[in-house]
Amino acid sequence: MSRWSEATQERAREIISRYPQKRSAVMPLLYLAMVEGQGRLSNEGMEEVAEWVGITPAQVSAVASFYTMYKRENTGRYLVSCCTSLSCMLLGGDDVLHAVEDESGVPHGETDAHGLISVEHVECIGACGGAPAVQVNYELIEGVTPDRARDLVRWLQGARPEVVNGDEMQELFGGVRSFDWAIKEDDGAVGPFPAFQPLGTVGREGDS
Amino acid sequence: MNRPLVVTRRMTEHPADSHTMDRYLATGGYEQAERSLGLTRDELVEEIKTSGLLGRGGAAFSAGLKWSFLAPARPSYLVINGDESEPGTFKDRQLLERDPHQMLEGVIIAAVANEVHHAFIYSRGEYPKPARRVQAAVDAAYEKGYLGKGIFGTDYDLEVTVHLGAGAYICGEETALINSLEGLRGEPRLKPPYFPAAKGLYMQPTIVNNVETVSNLSHILAMGAEKFTELGHPMDTGTFMVSVSGHVNQPGNYELPHGITWRTLIYEVAGGVPDDRALKAIIPGGASAPWFVPEIHLDDQITKDMCAEAGSMLGSGAVIVMDETTCMVQAAERLVRFFAHESCGQCTPCREGTSWMEMILRRIEEGQGRAIDLDLLLDVSDGISVGLGWPPKMTTICPLGPSAVSPVLALRDYFRDEVNAHVELGGCPLKLAEVVV
Repeated sequence: MSRWSEATQERAREIISRYPQKRSAVMPLLYLAMVEGQGRLSNEGMEEVAEWVGITPAQVSAVASFYTMYKRENTGRYLVSCCTSLSCMLLGGDDVLHAVEDESGVPHGETDAHGLISVEHVECIGACGGAPAVQVNYELIEGVTPDRARDLVRWLQGARPEVVNGDEMQELFGGVRSFDWAIKEDDGAVGPFPAFQPLGTVGREGDS
Repeated sequence: MNRPLVVTRRMTEHPADSHTMDRYLATGGYEQAERSLGLTRDELVEEIKTSGLLGRGGAAFSAGLKWSFLAPARPSYLVINGDESEPGTFKDRQLLERDPHQMLEGVIIAAVANEVHHAFIYSRGEYPKPARRVQAAVDAAYEKGYLGKGIFGTDYDLEVTVHLGAGAYICGEETALINSLEGLRGEPRLKPPYFPAAKGLYMQPTIVNNVETVSNLSHILAMGAEKFTELGHPMDTGTFMVSVSGHVNQPGNYELPHGITWRTLIYEVAGGVPDDRALKAIIPGGASAPWFVPEIHLDDQITKDMCAEAGSMLGSGAVIVMDETTCMVQAAERLVRFFAHESCGQCTPCREGTSWMEMILRRIEEGQGRAIDLDLLLDVSDGISVGLGWPPKMTTICPLGPSAVSPVLALRDYFRDEVNAHVELGGCPLKLAEVVV
């Protein structure tokens, strides 16, 4: 018997149908388990995935532990990822990370006491032309300065947006971009996992 | 400079809606996909071979030749590699976000050419926005009957699944990507026997092509292979996307013909170095590529062969520019840290070696280095990439470990004095100078 919501179970069935072999659905199903676990991938979540695709929980755990985006620890509502790879480092990425850590009181790899903000430094997120870059729940902000990074943390703490929207954050806290984004999007992320249609994780700005 | 636009033309001319089905159809979209259904596999493979198109994911191997290696067993699969994660690279992100239908039309052409009825688009996990755009494009194509059962009114079926990664650089390596798609840990497979064209996804013949590579396909069919060869350099045809980052006035993605010089790229295309500071080093093709220095390489042409001759590669098209204010030890440490973090752990030289290299570089940078540390670093590097040559002699299943050696070679060849200064002064000379001022 599945412990997941009916909507999530329907998504799981739909996702599995997109692959020639069930096991290929492990990765998207692990994201569903995170959605069900409020941002955390629990042992129960991995057991559930194992049942869906017909492998053992140990096999699921072996996959989950390979990838950085499956968070097996408690993760805040907003996951702030600061890039400190070379291109961002050259333009002050380390200072942006330190500003985020200092303003939030959360060091790399940790979450605040309220479960609101998690902070991590990450390797290249493909925004080198708009360095230094930061993501909140994988929605991108390019050309961030240490001061704007502090503003971002205060905004997350104060405004607590339901949907994290990249265009909105870029306008408020960003600068130079890797390229012209050109098209404004209303879509955004609803939790510390990627916002992607098949996962049911895409929120619209203005939703509550 | 003559700068023909191919893969970035639509997004340049129609910035507001280049990602939509309507705009794509209004600019000749999907005509070549439909036409490809009337051509044989041999005709399509021959056309792409003739075009000289090289894979744009880093290996720069002939795309047509790769297709020709597909083993006869069926079903065959097509996997599009959009797991762009090489530090410095952000071109696929733009192609996916701004013109997803162009990529998708390439998927249909590549699928037809390789008798594929199920294709996968693997987008990196940290790229949800590009993945959303691609999913929307796929949905629109299903609605139009360009994907699904009997595409374009023929009896050809083609399913496309968009798959999201979860934060592992190594999944950009084609056999690791296949393992990842099968629901396994993203560890590379040994080649041979696991050449994807023979034993790929689900042990079936599989073609893995990069996003930029397939984005070129509709244009090659539209203009004809011969015309495509006239773009760029005779040995390296067509245009290529280059991602320029670091110390330049105008970082960004540029679509360029092969054959311009590094000087032109940095000082004309990318607007030069801020405040006219001196150029110190160039990484020509992503974190894996051995570095260039302006005194030797600035007037070299940017082609696959010229880069190889100079002991490096164009790789993923990521150019990272570093000026005189950059500490080379810190830069090397940052790149080696990346490889240590992303090592999948299968092969001992890579798993152990990259972590030791990171530790040694960090202690030199922090002033704890010893006189023998550069030699120690080279010794550890030699254990991963025997003889420290280029291209590297591999001790590992995949090239990730040997790639970590590239920054160390730069320290050995061009910046030995700077490393020694760190050891003698007990810290980074650039940072110590700042304190004095």
